[in-house]
Amino acid sequence: MTLAKIWVFAEATDGKVSSTTLEILTKARELATTVEAVYAGADADAVAAALGAHGATTVHTTGDLGGALPGVPVAAAIAEAASAGAPDAILFATSYAARDIAGRLSVKLDRTVLTNGVDLVLTGDSLAVVEPVFGGTTNVTTTFVGDGPYLALLRPKSFVAEESGGAPAAVNTIAVPDTGAAGAAKVTQRHVEERQGPQLEDAAVVVSGGRGLGEAEKYQMIEDLAKLLHAAPGASRAIVDAGWVPYSYQVGQTGKVVKPTVYIAAGISGATQHMVGMKGSKNIIAINKDAEAPIFSISDLGIVGDVNKVIPALIEALKARG
Amino acid sequence: MRDGSSARQWGTGLDLAPARLAAKNGAMNVVVCVKQIPDPADPGAMDPETKTLKRDGKLILDESDSYGVEMALQLVDTAGGGEVTLVSMTPNSEVGGLRTALAMGAAKAILVSDPALAGSDALSTAKVLAAAIKRVEGADLVLTATESSDGYTGTVPEQIAGLLDLPSVTFAKSIAVDGSTLKVERQTEAGYDDVECPLPAVVSVTAGVVEPRYPSFKGIMAAKSKPVDEVTVADLGLDASQVGWSGARQEITTIEAAPSRAAGEVVEDDGTGFEKIVAYLDNLKVI
Repeated sequence: MTLAKIWVFAEATDGKVSSTTLEILTKARELATTVEAVYAGADADAVAAALGAHGATTVHTTGDLGGALPGVPVAAAIAEAASAGAPDAILFATSYAARDIAGRLSVKLDRTVLTNGVDLVLTGDSLAVVEPVFGGTTNVTTTFVGDGPYLALLRPKSFVAEESGGAPAAVNTIAVPDTGAAGAAKVTQRHVEERQGPQLEDAAVVVSGGRGLGEAEKYQMIEDLAKLLHAAPGASRAIVDAGWVPYSYQVGQTGKVVKPTVYIAAGISGATQHMVGMKGSKNIIAINKDAEAPIFSISDLGIVGDVNKVIPALIEALKARG
Repeated sequence: MRDGSSARQWGTGLDLAPARLAAKNGAMNVVVCVKQIPDPADPGAMDPETKTLKRDGKLILDESDSYGVEMALQLVDTAGGGEVTLVSMTPNSEVGGLRTALAMGAAKAILVSDPALAGSDALSTAKVLAAAIKRVEGADLVLTATESSDGYTGTVPEQIAGLLDLPSVTFAKSIAVDGSTLKVERQTEAGYDDVECPLPAVVSVTAGVVEPRYPSFKGIMAAKSKPVDEVTVADLGLDASQVGWSGARQEITTIEAAPSRAAGEVVEDDGTGFEKIVAYLDNLKVI
């Protein structure tokens, strides 16, 4: 059986719908007869075409939030819209904004929210969410119990986006109720950390460094190697937490999910946190001095050695090839 | 950016402290939600009976929570008064992790301990923690981690805020108090945002943004006699059917091994390891 209706919370930057939104819309088409989007931004007209082309017949929009953090106002707007005709499920990408909205909404609707999903399965008259645990070695499937709407947060790159050929979604404005002091958190200034070269999520080759580099200055080797391979440089949470590189470099559970043709893990032991974000890579090359490091259990080529020797030698060899 | 070290300087009475730091007559009361988890150094396992994470061994303070504890202690220092109260829940009276946070400098703790809590989903967890936070008088700020290191749903902070009907800021890199306004640098996908929010509020703190202090010997000794108020679900006015297995609106139906990647060739570097990599990349036509 299929569900009657699913809402997908849509996110976009500068009028471009996020790839994760399109992936989730594609999956939602498989699960429900009607798929609609919910959007929080001033430019719903600009995103309606892409949302429609991926299966959303309507986009319910709150309009501009005036700098408010989206969690409270958007959850209040969705809850009110749902009271007039609730969908069976509301799906979100795992993002900062969506996590806040889903959390607030779960309280408003008094419904559980399942997180870190990588797949959705119809089970009888309910829905189940598949979540990887222990570094992705085990999959746990959790089924919603009781009444909907079922709320789920899904990880990027869990599904492949495909167009449905649908017409632009009809734009429907939904009201944002007054949320008082609870909704008073406001963004006063945005800061964008510029990255050069290929973006982590899109690059065919990713070179990531970890604690095994030894010190922050050695990360330059990762940048140099990435440049030679036209790759995006990435990092483990350990060195992001240590302040060696900005958060935007982080690959893993709380960072970016990457699935490149080649992933090179240099000085990364392979914590669950990291592996969940890169184990979908087609080819994995790992360099680590500890032969027992978990990263070797998923690598196609493992070099047990000192990254500070192997990487410079690799850089020289690649330069020599020109 | 206001990092931990400068905040601590203000607290030591150096005259760097701007007047704006007095939150409420120079006092700041901070509640920190902390979780006691199995040592991540031990490999995790699922209990085949209950289909949940096994948590029968010794529990420790989730490292993710140590950043919130540190930040809370710094905010209290900076304000020149007030105290840090811990709030935690467990099915089995475990206090090992709480003692660590008390040894760091927290004044007291409320521990919701009840066998009925086993199997609680994220929303039930938030309901219990929110009810416990309400018992803390005069709380100006509630801090949490962004997600626990074992269950990592990452929704509990926002759910607590929703239940308390308070404003919230998630993924804080730094926190400063300006009168009754909180100024937070909030991590985003693209960088970070400056966010302002009225107090009282709930804030989740990103791991790694401050250096958690090591408990001193004196702190460890003092922690042993600090009050831990142990309460049950019923003491909080909650019905046991709202929490634990009976309250969960979700059911784990299957646990199975994920399709695994076979480990490939692993070689010891003898100085020519890089050649293996070049050959591998060449074969894939990446170079």
